[in-house]
Amino acid sequence: MTHAATHPLIRSLDRGAVLFVAAMATIAVAVPVLNLAVPPTSALHVSTYLVALFGKYACYALLALSIDLIWGYCGILSLGHGAFFALGGYAMGMYLMRQIGTRGVYANPILPDFMVFLNWHELPFAWYGFQHFAYAALMVVLVPGALAFVFGWFAFRSRVTGVYLSIITQALTYALMLGFFRNNFGFGGNNGLTDFKDILGFKVEAETTRAALFSISCLAVILGFFVCRTVVSSKLGKVLIAIRDAEARTRFLGYRVESYKLFVFTLSACIAGIAGALYVPQVGIINPSEFAPGNSIEEVIWVAIGGRGTLAGAAIGAVLVNYAKTYFTSGILAPYWLYILGGLFIAVTVLLPRGIVGSLLHWTALRRDRASAAAEEGVAEPLPAE
Amino acid sequence: MSFGRACLVALLFVFALCVGHTAARAATVDEALAHFTADDFDQTEIGINEVAASGNPRAEIILRALQNGQLMFSAARKAVYIQDDSGKLVDAATGQAIADPSPDDLDNVRINNRLRGTIDAALGTLTLLSKNPATRYKAAQAVFKSHEPSALPTLEKAIAQEADNSVKQAMEQARAAILLNMPGVSDAQKLAAIAVLRDRGDQDALALLSDLPARESPTVAHAALDAIHAIQARLAEWDAVQNAWYGVSLGSVLLLAAIGLAITFGVMGVINMAHGEMVMLGAYVTFAVQEAIRGYDPALFDYSLAIAIPLAFLFSGIVGILIERSIIRFLYGRPLETLLATWGLSLVLQQAVRTIFGADNRNVGNPSFMSGAFNLGGITVTNNRLWIVCFALVVFVALIGILRFTRLGLEMRAVTQNRAMAASMGIRTSRIDALTFGLGSGIAGIAGVALSQIDNVSPNLGQGYIIDSFMVVVFGGVGNLWGTFVGSFLLGIANKFLEPYAGAVLGKITILVLIILFIQKRPRGLFALKGRAVEA
Amino acid sequence: MKVQERLEIKEAAAMAAFERTLLFIEGVTVSFDGFRALNNLSLSVEPGEMRAIIGPNGAGKTTMMDVVTGKTRPDKGAIIFDQKHDLARLDEAEIALLGIGRKFQKPTVFDSHTVFDNIELALKADRRARATLFWKESANESRSVEELLKTVRLSALRDRLAGSLSHGQKQWLEIGMLLAQDPKLLLVDEPAAGMTDAETRQTAELLREINREHTVIVVEHDMAFVRELGVKVTCLHEGSVLAEGSIDDVSTNERVVEVYLGR
Repeated sequence: MTHAATHPLIRSLDRGAVLFVAAMATIAVAVPVLNLAVPPTSALHVSTYLVALFGKYACYALLALSIDLIWGYCGILSLGHGAFFALGGYAMGMYLMRQIGTRGVYANPILPDFMVFLNWHELPFAWYGFQHFAYAALMVVLVPGALAFVFGWFAFRSRVTGVYLSIITQALTYALMLGFFRNNFGFGGNNGLTDFKDILGFKVEAETTRAALFSISCLAVILGFFVCRTVVSSKLGKVLIAIRDAEARTRFLGYRVESYKLFVFTLSACIAGIAGALYVPQVGIINPSEFAPGNSIEEVIWVAIGGRGTLAGAAIGAVLVNYAKTYFTSGILAPYWLYILGGLFIAVTVLLPRGIVGSLLHWTALRRDRASAAAEEGVAEPLPAE
Repeated sequence: MSFGRACLVALLFVFALCVGHTAARAATVDEALAHFTADDFDQTEIGINEVAASGNPRAEIILRALQNGQLMFSAARKAVYIQDDSGKLVDAATGQAIADPSPDDLDNVRINNRLRGTIDAALGTLTLLSKNPATRYKAAQAVFKSHEPSALPTLEKAIAQEADNSVKQAMEQARAAILLNMPGVSDAQKLAAIAVLRDRGDQDALALLSDLPARESPTVAHAALDAIHAIQARLAEWDAVQNAWYGVSLGSVLLLAAIGLAITFGVMGVINMAHGEMVMLGAYVTFAVQEAIRGYDPALFDYSLAIAIPLAFLFSGIVGILIERSIIRFLYGRPLETLLATWGLSLVLQQAVRTIFGADNRNVGNPSFMSGAFNLGGITVTNNRLWIVCFALVVFVALIGILRFTRLGLEMRAVTQNRAMAASMGIRTSRIDALTFGLGSGIAGIAGVALSQIDNVSPNLGQGYIIDSFMVVVFGGVGNLWGTFVGSFLLGIANKFLEPYAGAVLGKITILVLIILFIQKRPRGLFALKGRAVEA
Repeated sequence: MKVQERLEIKEAAAMAAFERTLLFIEGVTVSFDGFRALNNLSLSVEPGEMRAIIGPNGAGKTTMMDVVTGKTRPDKGAIIFDQKHDLARLDEAEIALLGIGRKFQKPTVFDSHTVFDNIELALKADRRARATLFWKESANESRSVEELLKTVRLSALRDRLAGSLSHGQKQWLEIGMLLAQDPKLLLVDEPAAGMTDAETRQTAELLREINREHTVIVVEHDMAFVRELGVKVTCLHEGSVLAEGSIDDVSTNERVVEVYLGR
């Protein structure tokens, strides 16, 4: 290991990271090209259905990155990250709703259909400004970030840690779910927001829009990955790992643990919000079930399966699990999906605590160590602590 | 002569007419029955009142027959009969079977809704003079409800000779109800009646009083308004008591759901996200037991819960031990991973139950002693809720007892306080771990038996309780059973008191937010352990 | 209000004594659920001193460290550092930044970091999150780390993960991390626990070396080790000071013998 003073942005890119970025970039270009430029008769053609599906996976991968950032590197297990994802999604959904304008069923230029249906006469205050994309985009980051900041400020300052934190994050998303299910909360109640028409003037349903959204999602994964890499390979990242391994020791060294946690938790929530915002136009709906506590736990298992504390592994885990989910729930195997998902939870925690990528890294590291230092006693890399 | 007095005289005249129909001349039964042969509702009404006033012992039988459509008449013979279920005719006035064949023009004495009311009131009047105080009390209440003016004379007679205070009170209330709804009553009488209703002070009294202010003289209106306010204030108090009861009831449900968790999470420190599924399994055991009873011996149905409780304890407990031995023991010291693994397990268990029993709600019946309700002061208490509150307390006390007084409890406490030391004293810690987990799971199963009585039994049953249960345990203070006890009742009552103001959902959200804030303030819960033990 | 005024020190002699202290503990009481872990404890340590604290289990040694480092808040009493800082009002990080380092009874190092990174994280530097995000290693810092590694005899293991070190090596690494903080006062909790005789002797030597530049408080059970250190000893019992003086004075003290050493 070298300790040469390299620029932090360069330092963040090791070989695996470069590989991951290159792969993502290739996919970001290749899939739209195969969808738009290759004729549907060709074997290489990628259908629009698959583009939308892959786009969804990319959003999940970004969400997984945000979870890995706090869980893998700082030991904060949030069971409510789905809430930040959904909030970002709602912010985007509100923009898309306001774009519908007079094309809605009730043709009200200002009020979305569900408000007309509920006999409302004025736009609720929370909906002001969402006709502007820039404002909505700001809210995509700001709302999850602000919630995470306020929540984290209370939680970390009063040293709520471990499972206690997990449980109250779960309660947080549960409370939000109950709230969003109510009609008078002002966000479409049960049905959520849907029937979107266009985004920035482009038709949401159009093939080209879908392809563009896909590429943007991949780009967001690359950027998100880069940001996370930069953070974890800085000295701040080392402090995060130190907090994960021995929080009290870090405090006694004079680090303000709560500030570090708050920073990384808020950053993570912002990334999750962006993932949600990209997700909504691609699936065409956002509703309160996105807040369901079960979703958030499932998201955590993507990270666990891919390998926490590896970033790239988290993204891969998200894609793998969701591919399996698509595969199983669409066929005759649907009733068995929950057995498989449940089994995955158990298997990965009991048998493969490092996850797929984590285990691969671990084995290669072991082999390299054995080769280089045959004389020295075996180096056992410790398990990532809780 | 002033206008007012003229009115009064007129009213008294009408009143006299009304009363005159019934009481002024006590007709014989035969005379009274003659009215039924006219096949005219007005005549029938006169007949009903005259039968009731006749004082004849068969009056009640006749009226009941009329009520049930078994009173027949023949216009040709001018006779009235009662036809029993088998179709035989007896003479209405004497009860003798008739010798001659049935008349050709036999027909029902027809009644309509108005007459049904009259019959009810008349029957009420009759039973007011019964020898049995319970019957008299019931009759008084029936009159109170119908406030039929025709009942007044009998009522007055009954009040005069009534010795039982509570019956007398009910009768006086009935009289007040009649007086307030009858024309031609003096203000003084009305004021007295209002006072009586004010003392009664329930929703019914409120309903009787509510339209008085609009139609009565200022004095009466004023008194009525006063009484209305007084009653409303009192009802509000009772409302609070009722809310408190609902809160206690919800608290007992929370306690049942959380108490097993207080063992596995609080004592052992194991985060069991499949805890709700242990509850769910208990509920399905109850379902299975009831199915078996329906199949083999329906007479045992009232004992189904008594049979289900030990079975549910054993079944959930054994499942719990299996889980501990096969999964959780590999994850000690890794709480977050335990959380994930047990969550996965909960998915598997839910799906398994869905595969076996189907995804729909299953019908679990209430044994007879658990159905029904009774009134206590101004509140209504349903029997099943009362039983569940008692049951929760019994389970709690039993658990405290197990922990404090049994060998297992002693070893459990030893292991949780100092594992290494306990092991060196010869306690088989891994066995204790499994048994402790089994105990917590078994108690969850028992909770499932109770919850099957008030909730839908479906594979998702447990999911609804898991977050609440964790909130209760964390709020009360982990590792402290009394904390769980206080926490569940506090949260239950707080929830029910918030509901009227915020609505059920918003109330729940408020509670969740309050708990989240509370945990920030006291991360270790209400009854926190302090000192070095916390760090372990 | 100055700390001295709040303490209400009136006599000149007491004032003079106070002004000689680096750590001044006065009348500190801590109770857990009715149990008094510290009971009106008063203790003072002068700059440059090394002090050994002994006492039976439950005497309050660890609680005393907790109180000084901000982990536990006292119910009553004052803890004054460097004659001006009231430690009872500060949290762990603030106290650490004032220059108080603490070594735990069980060695706690960052298992997934290398030995080098462990020391570097402890090195005196800007501890704020923003500073660490944009931090670049300087040649100076790198050199300090190497020197510290030499002091704690871990230079050869600089790139090993701390989690793979032996128990004794972890103890030394932790001491190295404390030195990297360059504290004015070092609190060391049972450094010799679980060490071999040779390691114990080396540790005593290491502590004496450290004491040349730092004030040290050592909590220890091992009387041989305390004798090896050859410093002033305070014996705690039931949360307050039972005896104080040289090792010989304390070990012959009637009451100490009774409660601790046994007859």
